[in-house]
Parts: sequence; structure tokens; C-alpha cells
Amino acid sequence: MNQFLLRHPKSIIGLLVVSFVLMIVSVSYIAPYDPNHVTMKERLLPISSEHWLGTDHLGRDIFSRILVGARTTVGTSLLILMCSLLIGIPIGLFSGYIGGRFDRVLMKIVDAFMAFPDYIFAIVLSGLLGPGMFNLIFAIVIVKWVGYTRLVRSTVITEKHKEYVLLAKINGLRSFQILKKHMIPHIMGNVLVLATLDLGKIILMIAALSYIGLGAQPPTAEWGSMLNEGKAFFYNAPLLMVIPGLAIMLFVLMSNLLGDYLRDKFDVKSKKVGI
Amino acid sequence: MKRFSSRLMELVLFILLLSFISFAFMKLAPGDPVRYILNIDDVAVSEERINELREELGFNDPLVIQYGKWLLQFIKLDLGNSHMTKQPVIEELIEKLPATILLTVTSLFVMTIIAVPIGTISALYKNTWIDHVSRMFALFGASVPSFWLGLLFIQLFSVKFGWLPSMGMGTIQHLILPALTLGIAMAAVYVRLLRSSLLESLGQDFIRAAKARGLSNGRIFFFHAFRHCLVPVITLFGVSLGSLLGGTVIIEVLFSYPGIGKLVVEAIVRRDFPIIQGYILFMGLFVTVINSLIDVSYRYLNPEVRLKEGRS
Repeated sequence: MNQFLLRHPKSIIGLLVVSFVLMIVSVSYIAPYDPNHVTMKERLLPISSEHWLGTDHLGRDIFSRILVGARTTVGTSLLILMCSLLIGIPIGLFSGYIGGRFDRVLMKIVDAFMAFPDYIFAIVLSGLLGPGMFNLIFAIVIVKWVGYTRLVRSTVITEKHKEYVLLAKINGLRSFQILKKHMIPHIMGNVLVLATLDLGKIILMIAALSYIGLGAQPPTAEWGSMLNEGKAFFYNAPLLMVIPGLAIMLFVLMSNLLGDYLRDKFDVKSKKVGI
Repeated sequence: MKRFSSRLMELVLFILLLSFISFAFMKLAPGDPVRYILNIDDVAVSEERINELREELGFNDPLVIQYGKWLLQFIKLDLGNSHMTKQPVIEELIEKLPATILLTVTSLFVMTIIAVPIGTISALYKNTWIDHVSRMFALFGASVPSFWLGLLFIQLFSVKFGWLPSMGMGTIQHLILPALTLGIAMAAVYVRLLRSSLLESLGQDFIRAAKARGLSNGRIFFFHAFRHCLVPVITLFGVSLGSLLGGTVIIEVLFSYPGIGKLVVEAIVRRDFPIIQGYILFMGLFVTVINSLIDVSYRYLNPEVRLKEGRS
């Protein structure tokens, strides 16, 4: 099985994405209560058999909100990741493959993006565009795509002078075909590792931005904004902020573990080092 | 010398680009600052007053002229006045900067006293239980949202035990919780890096050579292996500077710590554009300067770099 997956990195990506999406969609259907249903007389209830994780300051079931929030939080971060990949990979491919002045100009732009601290860029950008999920996604994509461009470009540059590419050229394969048949399989492993590790970072970033009030707006169930709402009550009901935090942490932990595993599988260099 | 001047040229270009980006940001952002300024007193304002203020702030000029004027002032280090407090932006930023630098340096210190021993021990006792525990720590540390950790600390140390204050600044006690929060969140990555690069450098030829020369283990460890690790550690520091500075913004808001990060979040909420512009420029410059210093430090830390330069 592992051998098969290693030889077909695309199948891993497919498998991961499908299982993620399935999990998130199905999880929001098993929520026992309506996540936005306000019942003022049931506010701030402790953990019970009826409300597994208690209720929040508006009497909403926290367990249901966490489940539905998974869709917003994880779904948003997957969307951000997809957009960054769709922008970053093609630019990196072309920049590395074409080379020359085109590459130099593009890399100057990428450098300018990289030179600026990503968190601050995202905070300022989403702050200026105004609070809201769409602006948050836009701001994070703007800071995230450059990493993939860099990575893809450097892989392409090392690969494109190898003999098998030369052979493909001699055989009359067009550039597009070379990129598709030879380059993309080569970059996929690295990209997959970076993307998995990035997923956790993106979630943390969404949560942090939501926490300072820039992301999802109430009453949307989103882990970061749940935390933000909960902090006002945390003297009386610490559960309100402990649980969304735990949810974020567990998810990030999962994606970090997966990223580590994939890195060990794909990246020979760090395997030797023994990470 | 030629390298230095080309570097300087690059820096100037970068600052120019930065100034343009931060200017463009402000102009593209939705929301009219004039209304925000006039709405401070919550009194209804006349259209006349709005136009008057627009004229006064130069918002009616064409964009190119606005940028030109702004750039001229920028060269004179005059970033304009804050819309909110009417104070010069430079003064506002410089007034808050020491607090943020203090927080950053303290949390770097906390990070070091956490990461260096743990990373070292886990490299020395590779694959024992100590190593596993420290790797668990690193994994959890990298996964925990820093502001959440801060909230838990406040809950535990300020509310429950009442040992430490949860907001403001002034004494060392005020600094402990924010620095601890940031330090722990950062330490995780460094523990992993230190462990792996120590393991790598311990297996290298120069360590064997040092052993052959009969140097003591302690000396080899600290002066050879450890020094070799500083290069990747410092590289990581340069890379993670962004999240450190971003982290200070979040932590300053969380602990109501009167630093530059809290200032900018307030400015964002109130659309105080000159402050935001100043902040972007400040941070961009700060990061560039630090990264240049890091580049220079490579020469001192890694003899290979010096040798290569000498040859070319």
C-alpha cells in the first residue's frame, strides 16, 4: 500500500482531500442541536448528558457549534490552501522553467512578499479590508502563495537540467508536456508535505485573526470567533474558551503529525538527519 | 565594497517599494477616514465640514500627487499626524516601541532558556524517554494557539491563584505571562531544529577531527557542535521573525500591553491610516535590518562562508 502511495503521490492528495471533505461535511450533520438556536434560559450550562460540552452565553449547544464550526474553520483553511496552491504552483513552474528575465522579475516580487512578516501583512490587510471571512481568506492567500512558488521553482530549476528532461526535449515533447509529465510528479511530494504542515499554520492564523475580531462574525460558528466570544465569560464559564481552543489544537496537532509522517516518507534529507 | 553598495541599493529599492505598498493599501482600503475622524464625538456632521477636512488633509488631490507629497514627507521622516490623537505618527510609534522591544526580547530569552536545554538533552539522549517527552512538547507547542495558551495562563495564574497581573505593564510581574506565552509557542520549533541539527553536526568530520585531537567532550560539544548549529537556528530566526512580530500583536491585545502591536490594532479599527502606514514601514524596515544583520552574522558563525568569500 505504502509503495503504491509513494509511487502515486497524486493518489495520496486525492485520498486526503476526499476524506477531509467527507469528514467535515458528515460531521456537521450529526450535530445534535441547531448551532445557532438561542435559548436564554439554558445559558452557561455545565457539561451534562443533554449538552455534552455545555452551553454558551446564549444557550447554544457548544458541542453542535464545535461540529458545525469544523466546517467553517477547516473548510476555510482548505480553501485558502487550495487557492495558494493554484496560484503558487503554476507561477513557480513557469518561472523556474522559463528562467531568464521573467524569472528574475518574478522572484523580486516574491522576495518583496517574503521580506514582509506574514502575520503582520495578514493582520493589516484583512483589517483594512474590513472584518469578514472573505477578506480574511484573501489576506491569508496573499501571504501564503509565495512559499509554494519558491519551493516549486527551486525544484524545477534543479530538475530541468537533468538528462531525462533533455531526452524528452530531443524526443520532441513540448514544454507543456514536459512540465506536466516530468515536473509536476517531481514537485508533488514536496508540495504535499509543505501543504500539510501549512494547513495547521493557516488554522492558527485564522483563529488568531478571528480572535482579534477580523475573521468570522457572530453568529457564525467558527472556532476562533467562538474563542473570541467566550473570552468575555471566561471568569464564570472557562469551558466556553477551553473547548474551541482544544478543538483548534487537536486539529493542528493532527495536521502536524500527518505532515511529519509525509516528510519522513518523501524527504530523504531530513530522514537521514533523524527528525 | 561593491557588495555593500549593491546591498544598500537593494535596501533603498525595497524601502521605496514598501512605501508604495503601504500607500496603496491605504488608498485601496474601503472606509472613509474623514468620516471616522469626524465621528469621534458622535455628533452628526455636515457635508460642508467633511469636504473642508478632505481639502485640509489633501484627499482631493490626484493619487500621484498625494503619493509624491507623502513620499517627500517620508524622506524627511515625517509620517504625518495620527488622525485620532493629532500627535505625529513617528512620536507615537517611538513612544510605544520600547515596550514591544522589551516584550520581544524577554520572550526570546524565555524561548532560549526553554529550547536550548530541551533540544540539547533530546539530541544527547536520542530515542530515550527524555527525547520522546521533549518531542511531544515540541509537537504540542507547535499546535497550540498562542492566544489560547495566554488565556489559560490568565485563568490559572491571575484569576485562580492571583499571582500575576493579567494586563498592563510596568513591573517585571506584568511581563512574565506575555513573555511566557510567546516564548513557549516559539520554543517548540527551535527544540526540533536544535535537536536535528545537533544530531547532524555530531556526526560530521570536524567533530571526529576534534575528538582525534583529544579535545574534551564538553569543549567539542559547546565550541564545535553547538556553534555549527547556530547557523540553521539563526536562519530559522530570520524566517520566523514575522510570526514573532505577528505574535506580539496578538499577545499585546490579549494582555492589554501598551505596545506598538496594540496601537496598530486600535488604528485598524479606527481607520487611523497614518499610524498603519507608519507601522508597516517601521516593521518592514525592522525586518530588513534584522535580516541583513543575520546575513552578516553567518560570516562569523560559519567559517565555510568566510572561506568561500575569500576564494571568490
